[in-house]
Amino acid sequence: MAITTTKTVAVTGNQAVAEAFRQLNPDVMPAYPITPSTGIMESFTKFVSDGKVDTETILVESEHSAMSACIGAAAAGGRVATATSSQGMALMWEMLHIASGYRLPILMALVNRALSAPLNIHGDHSDGMGMRDCSWIQLFCENAQEAYDNTIMAYRIAEHKDVRLPIAVNMDGFIISHSIESMQYITDEDVKKFVGEYLAIDPLLDIENPKSIGALVLPDYYMEHKRAQHQAMLNVKKVVQDVSAEFAKMTGRKYELFETYRLEDAEVAIVALNSAAGTIKDEIDRYREKGVKAGLLKPRMFRPFPHEEVGGALKNAKAICVMDRADSYGSYGPLFMEIASALAPFRGPVLFNKIYGLGGRDLMPLDVDQVIDETAEVAKTGKVKMLKEYITVRS
Amino acid sequence: MSAPIEEKPMTLKSLSHKSDILSGGHRMCSGCGAPTVVRQVMLAIDEPVVIANATGCLEVSTCLFPYTAWRVPWMHSAFENAAATASGIETMYRSLRKQGKLKKNMKFIAFGGDGGTYDIGFQALSGAMERGHQLLYICYDNGAYMNTGIQRSSATPFGADTTTCPVGSKVPGKPQRRKDLTRIMAAHNVAYAAQASPHNWKDLMTKVKKGLATNGPAYMGIMAPCNRGWRTQTNDSIQLSRLAVDTCYWPLYEVQNGKWTINYDPKDKKKPLAEWLKPQGRFKHLFAPGCEGLLDQFQQMVDGDWESLKKLQEMSKS
Repeated sequence: MAITTTKTVAVTGNQAVAEAFRQLNPDVMPAYPITPSTGIMESFTKFVSDGKVDTETILVESEHSAMSACIGAAAAGGRVATATSSQGMALMWEMLHIASGYRLPILMALVNRALSAPLNIHGDHSDGMGMRDCSWIQLFCENAQEAYDNTIMAYRIAEHKDVRLPIAVNMDGFIISHSIESMQYITDEDVKKFVGEYLAIDPLLDIENPKSIGALVLPDYYMEHKRAQHQAMLNVKKVVQDVSAEFAKMTGRKYELFETYRLEDAEVAIVALNSAAGTIKDEIDRYREKGVKAGLLKPRMFRPFPHEEVGGALKNAKAICVMDRADSYGSYGPLFMEIASALAPFRGPVLFNKIYGLGGRDLMPLDVDQVIDETAEVAKTGKVKMLKEYITVRS
Repeated sequence: MSAPIEEKPMTLKSLSHKSDILSGGHRMCSGCGAPTVVRQVMLAIDEPVVIANATGCLEVSTCLFPYTAWRVPWMHSAFENAAATASGIETMYRSLRKQGKLKKNMKFIAFGGDGGTYDIGFQALSGAMERGHQLLYICYDNGAYMNTGIQRSSATPFGADTTTCPVGSKVPGKPQRRKDLTRIMAAHNVAYAAQASPHNWKDLMTKVKKGLATNGPAYMGIMAPCNRGWRTQTNDSIQLSRLAVDTCYWPLYEVQNGKWTINYDPKDKKKPLAEWLKPQGRFKHLFAPGCEGLLDQFQQMVDGDWESLKKLQEMSKS
């Protein structure tokens, strides 16, 4: 496939995802507005009002009903998408497990925002981390381009016959959702060709072959269902790799399970998700100029987490600081726990954890510099002062 | 608004030739009113139908993996969301029809118990009715959370003994009166709202036909006695449904295009409420010496509701 003609635009993250939704043209979109994801639905419903999509919207009375309607619509036999943030995802939480348990390839744009209390509308990853055990595929995005690209790839991954699981595409609230960036759109034709026709498996609306969906399953069979779901998750990795390779052929934009930035020979490694990676990359460049061998690993696929590959990429670092924009109170940050698991087979790097940016607090270049300085010090001495510490915070 | 109802004679003989959509072998208790209600509902339908079911007795007992009693497409997803799940199914149907990807004409029904309808599913139901889905929501009302062992719901009658408002020396059963959900649904200005009872199958089935033929959302509340929760005999269900109607505890009526119609008025044959309460173990304490006041109070509530229903009928006559 030849590299496609693309169009360079200046849009917000929300506009980019709404444009991807328009091009994906889902059959049904149930949604409920919540800051900062609301812009996606506002742009999309304008597409509906202007007849630019075939989609039927269901403007529900709560996020719980939004996900319930997603489940009903997806089981009926078609493509479904929604968008939400924070409390909205929290209200959906019961249904998130049911969406994956029924193996429905629903697409969710999750514009990451802090969970209350205290009430806060700004970006952090507590909502995304709150759904990490819901058996949804989770992709994290640094900027509007990645959010758009991952959204375009989402159905191909979720609907694959070896997978059939729901998928959430994460981007940082406000920092990405509301900031205008220069990025490239793929043409409608190419998206249509890339995504292809929906393959319904056992649709409820196949009236000649009636099915019962949602049986009560007792201890005699429950675990077999869950084991099958685990297998589907195991199958995701290869599908993500294959779909990403095909996407790279079409667009020239290459996506792996995670991105490494100057990591190959790095002694000082930082791990972080989403938009903070941009700031961290800049600072890594500055430290490289100063002769510090610093590098970054930015996970793209958080569920399933590619432990083996991440471990392989980080094992030669001397010290690693994992930066979490969410906390698992009473334990370490959620990303730290994954990295620690990934490195369990290796004896090399010394690990520690920083919690930053909760409730949308900025991560400034100087904050990153302090982290790199400390990581470089740990790399030298092998000694960690504090295993887990909040930064960018009043003491 | 509504399409004319096909006036084919609905006789027991003609119905006996129709196949049962809910097969035998399900695990509902013997004497339960709900499967009788479901069978009557399903027999009233001639078009292909898709069912959404809230978590509850009906759901857990008719679809226990790897078995199902349903011979039509059926889906359950959770307790509080049968109306929202059905909204999704019905909307996908409309989308696929519009795009020419689906040809068949289908009808959509959601079933919920009173817990899943009056209480936890109330918001989802209100939303679905307001949005105007082409959907008939049916609440089979047994007046408590029977599936989990007879806990009180907002449909539980005044004074009833349940496991969460147990009769004691200080509390004589449920202190509050029942929520009148059918009127609340009528206040949504739905295309069709009605109450029915399985002892009057013809009325029940006619209402199902009307609800499905109407252009827009429809709601039906159907009495479904529960011999476990009501503490009655397994052969009492139909008799108790009849008494609920004859005492005007559960009037048969419908609301369509703003017009309220009482389908059965017992007039001078209206029975005292005690005749419905007396056979039920859950009201036994109301008949103990000293509880006459509670019985009177309950009777007054029922009389007041009945009078106001008659006024609504009168007021909507034009």
